Amino acid sequence: MNLSLELMLQLAIIMPFLSTIGMVTVGRFPNARESVTITTCLLLIYLVVQLYLGLSAGESIAAFWWELLPGLSISFAIEPLGMLFALIASFLWLVTTCYAIGYMRGHNEKNQTRFYVCFAIAIGAVMGLAFSANLFTLFIFYEVLTLSTYPLVTHAGSEKAKKGGRTYLGILLFTSIVFFLLAIVSTWFVAGTLDFKPGGIFAKDVDKIVAGILLVLFIFGIGKAAIMPFHRWLPAAMVAPTPVSSLLHAVAVVKAGVFTVLKVCVFIFGIDLLAVLPTTQFLVYLAGASVLLASIVAMRQDNLKARLAYSTVSQLGYVTIGALLASSAGVIGSSMHIAMHAFGKITLFFCAGAILVTLHKSKISEMRGIGLQMPLTMGAFFIASLSIIGVPPTGGTWSKWYLMIATLETEQFVLMVTLVLSSLLNIAYLLPISFHAFFPNLSRFTSANDATCQTQNAQVSLPSFAIKEAPLPSLIAIIVTTLGCLTLFVYPQPLFELASAVLTGRE
Amino acid sequence: MTAHLPILQVIIPLMAAPICLILKRAKLVWLFSLIVSVLAFSVSVLLLQQVMTSGVISYELGGWQAPWGIEYRIDKLNAFVLLIITSISTLVLIAAQASIEKEIPKDKHTLFYVLFLLSLTGMLGIVATGDAFNVFVFLEISSLSAYALIALGKNRRALWASYQYLIMGTIGATFILIGIGLMYQMTGTLNMQDLSQRLPEVAATRTVFVAFAFVTVGLCLKLALFPLHLWLPNAYAFAPSIVTAFFAATATKVAIYLLIRFTFSVFGLSFSFTTIPLQTVFMALGLIGIFVASSTAIYQNNIKHVFAYSSISQIGYMIIGFSLSSVTGLTSTLLHLFNHALMKSAIFLALAAIMFRVGNVQLDNFRGLGRQMPLTMAAIVVGGLSLIGVPLTVGFVSKWYLLTALLEQGWWPIAALVLLASILAVVYVWRIVEVAYFKEPLPDRAPVKEAPLIFLVPIWILVIANVYFGIDTRFSVQVAESAAQSLFGVSL
Amino acid sequence: MIVGLFNDWVVVVLMMIGLYIVIAHGNLVKKLIGLSIFQTSVFIFYISMAKVDGGTAPILADGVTQYSNPLPHVLILTAIVVGIATTALGLSLVVRIKEAYSSIEEENIQKQDNKALKQSAMEQQA
Repeated sequence: MNLSLELMLQLAIIMPFLSTIGMVTVGRFPNARESVTITTCLLLIYLVVQLYLGLSAGESIAAFWWELLPGLSISFAIEPLGMLFALIASFLWLVTTCYAIGYMRGHNEKNQTRFYVCFAIAIGAVMGLAFSANLFTLFIFYEVLTLSTYPLVTHAGSEKAKKGGRTYLGILLFTSIVFFLLAIVSTWFVAGTLDFKPGGIFAKDVDKIVAGILLVLFIFGIGKAAIMPFHRWLPAAMVAPTPVSSLLHAVAVVKAGVFTVLKVCVFIFGIDLLAVLPTTQFLVYLAGASVLLASIVAMRQDNLKARLAYSTVSQLGYVTIGALLASSAGVIGSSMHIAMHAFGKITLFFCAGAILVTLHKSKISEMRGIGLQMPLTMGAFFIASLSIIGVPPTGGTWSKWYLMIATLETEQFVLMVTLVLSSLLNIAYLLPISFHAFFPNLSRFTSANDATCQTQNAQVSLPSFAIKEAPLPSLIAIIVTTLGCLTLFVYPQPLFELASAVLTGRE
Repeated sequence: MTAHLPILQVIIPLMAAPICLILKRAKLVWLFSLIVSVLAFSVSVLLLQQVMTSGVISYELGGWQAPWGIEYRIDKLNAFVLLIITSISTLVLIAAQASIEKEIPKDKHTLFYVLFLLSLTGMLGIVATGDAFNVFVFLEISSLSAYALIALGKNRRALWASYQYLIMGTIGATFILIGIGLMYQMTGTLNMQDLSQRLPEVAATRTVFVAFAFVTVGLCLKLALFPLHLWLPNAYAFAPSIVTAFFAATATKVAIYLLIRFTFSVFGLSFSFTTIPLQTVFMALGLIGIFVASSTAIYQNNIKHVFAYSSISQIGYMIIGFSLSSVTGLTSTLLHLFNHALMKSAIFLALAAIMFRVGNVQLDNFRGLGRQMPLTMAAIVVGGLSLIGVPLTVGFVSKWYLLTALLEQGWWPIAALVLLASILAVVYVWRIVEVAYFKEPLPDRAPVKEAPLIFLVPIWILVIANVYFGIDTRFSVQVAESAAQSLFGVSL
Repeated sequence: MIVGLFNDWVVVVLMMIGLYIVIAHGNLVKKLIGLSIFQTSVFIFYISMAKVDGGTAPILADGVTQYSNPLPHVLILTAIVVGIATTALGLSLVVRIKEAYSSIEEENIQKQDNKALKQSAMEQQA
């Protein structure tokens, strides 16, 4: 194919949207519908990789669509951070789709066509978000993403799903309309432009107080980044089917949130300005508190998906901290953490879903010994846990490393302690799950759920040892992402190059 | 022919109304009114074109020279409003026949169209004329036919609503009449442009103050500004659905047009906003109105009530933009005038379709409609998103302008409150969405089919317009902006 | 002051009486009567506004130099017609309200509406 890069950029955004037409037309035939989805995934990856190669070759790729209001346009441009996000998202979309096919069929879910359609729209919105050239375009796709994931969250249609969906939509729309939009309009007003520029768009002599307030508005407004106290939507969205949760928590929604935070910090404020704003310190501590508190809450959850959700809240705090630290190591660490956490968390969710589909278990206290039934799944769970914690040989090591360096560089020792403490908490709430899964008889292992586990142990005899793995498509997906976690440790070079190019703007 | 466009705009529907009586057969009358409305629409398109290219059109009725004779004066502002009214009336009329078949007794069908056309005449007349007393006459033509139209509603509460509207509306119109009288007393002229030149000489007198007060209060009654909105919810809720769709999109808009015309053109900017604390009063009332009406909307079970209250809150947005007395503020008001007409007519037409199929619009009956009437419900969802102000819909464009206008003058807190109020819109729209998409239909309600094409076509034209003008804002923004500029530049 | 502005005082008094009746009376017909009085006060206001002391009807005749202003009189003819139409429409509405509610007392009608609302709410709960 001999497409120009510009065309490819636009195709990458439009194609997921167009594919929905195909899905709806053949919606009655699951196989045809799913092949449309997979084909779209593959094409998308091809396009994104081509774009990546183009970017690496030093080409500047941009596209202009439409000027909505004078000076406000929908336009796209590729820079390393967006590229990084697009690469992860498109790749993980393919994996998630594979997984979803196995899961949805295994679970006999209703309305599968609607599910895949919303999925595709969501990923299209992510592409638009990743490649957007200005804050306005980003905001549009941000909202499209919110709305398109709402039907996914409420997929079950039950009273509980509806309630979760209400919280989800309520918080995301509330923060985005009341704070984010206000911040955007004000920025437009103060700076006169909304284009992303390396080094920021505010004038040198901008009023520090005003800019500081704007920063607060932005950080609160980007509800998808789930900074406390606006994190409630994430656990609420747990009612969704598992593939959705993994998409929401690992790929699309939360990553869109922290990606936006990074974008705003680096390309709207610029790290130089960020370092001198009066409110930055406050926000950094808020994010730190978010990291710690969420970890503590995670320890107390017995529902596996809820525990993972709070873990996500905590991990997102890392990215926000990195962005707000206003140092190059922080930005690199944050960018890499987007990728590392994506792979780790998606694996964890896949495993949780696999356990649910095959063994119908969602409570951690019931999961003793399941490692013997689902060795592959739980092995993957273990490796992904390591990645989230940030221990070799997994990719999570690198991002945490850079974040630590950033705290050192900027002499934020309180934060450093926070990060270390949180990593310890990660160990405490993630590792016991896989240990108990493989060693059901291990009676003394520090865990928050010790008491419940023991009582359970007394009553329930050990589960059978017959191996009963997850459906094949799901298993493949799990293995692929787990390998991803490992590969990123050995071979983080491309990722690192992209991440370190974020600040310079070009590779 | 083109020279006579301003009068044709008004006279075509006026003449058509009695002809309807002669035609008698309901279907025929419907077709005839539709054609008339299309004609009126083309006239307004031509007018707007003419105004945009060659400036203000002045038409002297019967050849009597202004300021003695009645003058029709079309500038960008009223050409824009004329276009809104005629386009909505055309789209609404398409679905009218099917809708009234279910809601109005057979022998009254012809009369319905007569009233509809008279009401249309009234609104067009109010907007087109440049004569203050003429405004009153047309105001009463449109109001009287409106009362009768509302009383056609099936529910007996329509009668009561119509009666209340009649009392309030007449008081409002009489207030305006008093105001006009006082102005005449001071200046000896009724021509708006002449007034605008003569009023400044006597601006310091108490009589002019009183005149201004009477006109403003009368208009606020007509445009249902909080707390003078009490007549609106029931009138909208119990009128025949088609009537609601038409009025929700046009009637209050005309009153807002008049308010702009009187404060900006007739009394003049400096008098209206510096001598009198109009800004504070209107901004406060607008804001309170938004919050009170939106919160009330959340608790309604009749969906027409929900959107009627939502209309009152949307009027609050327009009034806030207006109260800023800046070009951007006024642009946002004019844009919202246009945009709100698009959203509300789409929503109310969709409700008419539901009324047609289901028989009422109680929230409980929306159960399962997401599946049974997917296209109609989708229209309500898009309209609702537009009300909330989601990007890529028209609602976003006007909200953007309102926010910029507020920030321009440093009204940060108000901007935040305006945004907060849109969250209330999320709540009342989503209540409907949840019921329609997530609840199984009531067991005792027979399953219904999708609305017929005759409803879907106008509904979806409006829905597409909602999105189209949210993306391609060139037309609406250009017209609204230049109209606002001309109001601030040379008055009239 | 009082004598010079006699007409204006009459206008104001009538206006207040009219508005008071509209607001205070529960009988729908009485309300309409109030409305008519209110409108009539405005008619008087217009008519007396145009009267010029010592002026005659605006007919050209020898020796007459002062005319009353005919325009407000003409205007108010229109307003009177509008007023009649309003009253007629209002009264016909009252007739139909009487048929539908068998009452023309505001309080009674409100009560019936509220009762109907409550009933439908009860049905929904059941």
